[in-house]
Amino acid sequence: MKHIKTINKPYLQSTIKTGGCGECQASCQSACKTSCTVGNQVCEKRQ
Amino acid sequence: MKENIHKFHYKDIYFLLDVNSGAVHVVDVMTADIMDIFDGHNDETVIAQLSGIYKISELAEVLSELHELINKGQLFAPDIDVPPVFSEKGIVKSMCLLVAHDCNLRCKYCFADSGEFGADRRLMNNEVGEAAVEYIIRHSGNRQHCEIDFFGGEPLVNMPVVRHLTEYIRNREKETGKIFKLTLTTNGMLLTDENIAFLNDNNISVVISLDGRKEVHDRMRPDVGGNGTYDRVISNFKKLVKSRNDENYYMRGTYTKYNLDFTKDVLSMAKEGFDILSMEPVVAKDADYAILKSDLPRIFAEYDKLVDAYLQYKSEGKGFFFFHFNMDLSNGPCVAKRLSGCGAGHEYYAVAANGDMYPCHQFVGRNKYLLGNVFDGVKNTDLPQYFRNCHVLNKEKCRDCWARFFCSGGCHANADLFNGDIYKPYEIGCELQKKRLECAIAVQAINNMEK
Ligand code: SF4
Ligand code: SF4
Repeated sequence: MKHIKTINKPYLQSTIKTGGCGECQASCQSACKTSCTVGNQVCEKRQ
Repeated sequence: MKENIHKFHYKDIYFLLDVNSGAVHVVDVMTADIMDIFDGHNDETVIAQLSGIYKISELAEVLSELHELINKGQLFAPDIDVPPVFSEKGIVKSMCLLVAHDCNLRCKYCFADSGEFGADRRLMNNEVGEAAVEYIIRHSGNRQHCEIDFFGGEPLVNMPVVRHLTEYIRNREKETGKIFKLTLTTNGMLLTDENIAFLNDNNISVVISLDGRKEVHDRMRPDVGGNGTYDRVISNFKKLVKSRNDENYYMRGTYTKYNLDFTKDVLSMAKEGFDILSMEPVVAKDADYAILKSDLPRIFAEYDKLVDAYLQYKSEGKGFFFFHFNMDLSNGPCVAKRLSGCGAGHEYYAVAANGDMYPCHQFVGRNKYLLGNVFDGVKNTDLPQYFRNCHVLNKEKCRDCWARFFCSGGCHANADLFNGDIYKPYEIGCELQKKRLECAIAVQAINNMEK
């Protein structure tokens, strides 16, 4: 493509049916803690 | 209006996020202009409105590229509903143990009121701690990975119990097949050689608190006598980090209205040799150091500055890891995780020194949120469900927000503090979150493009 460069392999839709294993880390986003929102995490399974 | 795409730019690079697929596109200015109008179907309108500025042939070219993305599911992807894999009931897999409701510092912004949590200064005993561990083992179902965070107050004030529980947990791991990730959050005052050796030998991740520059740190983090603590803690932190080969730690700071130029604080940490960093906005109500809405433009500009500095340090080979800029655009968490968010109240509980359980460490002492205790279990059985249902697709403000699958709906404790309702997110928090996410996406996209 000339005008658009897609920079990732989007996966959100594909995890609607497959996710939910819950092995990933908790993700508190408050200042006093590790402040890691889900957006900052990776998936334990697919990694 | 529901935002299904989000457009923003860093310098002259334009980004287009497709919210429901998570696709990130870098686009040229013409495409960015087109996206102000294009809704997936209205090609004629786009051409009619922009043909005075751009050549029709070029507009047509972009539109065909956009339709290609739509066909691939990378633009205007369908709305996401609560997925079937997001189970009704959560499984408790992490706990924060407030091993000491006591602290040797008097940080001015401490949510725990320097460890008192609105009550007496108390220490957790072994019995309560063991019951908490057993609670997780019983309530974490098939999940193998569990987490315990030693927190306070200052957890090192109660080192005998931390030691005992660590040993207890490591034994129970062998017996149950569970794997516990242990973390400990400390202000650094009691990081003696002996304590450091213990933390290293037991593979405990350490979260260390430093606010950046000396004058900034000393202003907000004095000891009981009102003296600055920077010099004392930084030498302990250096010792700790060196002893664990620069790994398995993370340094976090808090910025307030007094240091809105916090890029300098992040760089100060980097210059001191720390390279796993985070800097967080203070959350405070009615305090002179509180962040106000009127501070936001200044803070947004500061985040751009931080991105500049981050990229520059990286290009000079002295890059550091900054928590909020970390994002794996191709392997992030699944939708179910994005709904459960922090898990407070349904996957994650905090345990007070006396064994009382709350949705998370920040709720400790807020009576209406008392869940029960580690010996008798949850008594307020509606609360976990109330928290589990409090996800982005159920919150009015989040449902339409472009950040919904990245942010996971903000901090319940802050929502409760500012709006008295965990379903109503704290507005300043939202604005900062969105800005940080833009920065993270930009940083990751730039990194990807360089590869
Ligand atoms: S908490 Fe705020 S930023 Fe996060 S999804 Fe909800 S409205 Fe958006
Ligand atoms: S409610 Fe807030 S402080 Fe509590 S775990 Fe969630 S993000 Fe962290």
